[in-house]
Amino acid sequence: MNAQQTTTNQLPEKKYIRSHEPIFWGLFGAGGMLTAFLTPVMVLVTGLLIPLGLIDAEHLSYEKLHQFVSSWYGAPIVLVLVALPLWHTLHRIFHSLHDLGIKRGRDWQQVICYGFAFAVSVFVFTLLLQMLSL
Amino acid sequence: MSKRKPYQREMNNDWWLKNAFYSKYMIREGSSILITVYSLILAWGVFRLSQGEEAFNAWLSALQHPISIIFHLLVLLIALYHTITWFSLAPKAVDLYIKGKPLDAKFIVAGHYISFIIVTIFCLVLIML
Repeated sequence: MNAQQTTTNQLPEKKYIRSHEPIFWGLFGAGGMLTAFLTPVMVLVTGLLIPLGLIDAEHLSYEKLHQFVSSWYGAPIVLVLVALPLWHTLHRIFHSLHDLGIKRGRDWQQVICYGFAFAVSVFVFTLLLQMLSL
Repeated sequence: MSKRKPYQREMNNDWWLKNAFYSKYMIREGSSILITVYSLILAWGVFRLSQGEEAFNAWLSALQHPISIIFHLLVLLIALYHTITWFSLAPKAVDLYIKGKPLDAKFIVAGHYISFIIVTIFCLVLIML
């Protein structure tokens, strides 16, 4: 018993390296959900119905949108709608590069993919912060 | 340095073109590219919005270009394809049990489609207000 105890005590403490995957996978899942439910109607409105005049452009006028975007509730909604799908799509693009057999610089591919989503998120966040009026 | 030289099976880059199931998988993954571009267009719209009314109206009128219309039509189709694939995977993620019995997958999928329709109509009504 005693001998066993000493051997276990002598074992070096095992170091666990935590994966960062859950964070990116969580953003991927949330972005995928948002893309599945909201992207079709968003594309329909901003890309087709308003440009084709099927919905009056009044409904997406500068004044109306600016007022919404500069409110405390509008700013986070716009940030999520614009930036969250990118965390989904760039995750998929990163993994598709592997599927296409592009092996070189895997870690840099990851930095560029998630870095791109991060950069655009910061870009939109900064603009929204600038427009915010409380 | 190890002298071990393991066998690596050859894999051509067109593996996904030879089988319809893999092609559909790659179309689903490829939807990401168009949706990324769409998000960038929106991000640019936020930028133009911050620059004032004239800049924002220029962004709006750029969206009326035929190329823009065709592009958004493509994005809409591929986004709907993403929605379909996402919903068909939903039972694997949700995994609901009612009174100890697993809920039938088709109810979960149907529930997603019903909420999708409600959300879409809600958003269309919201923008008209």
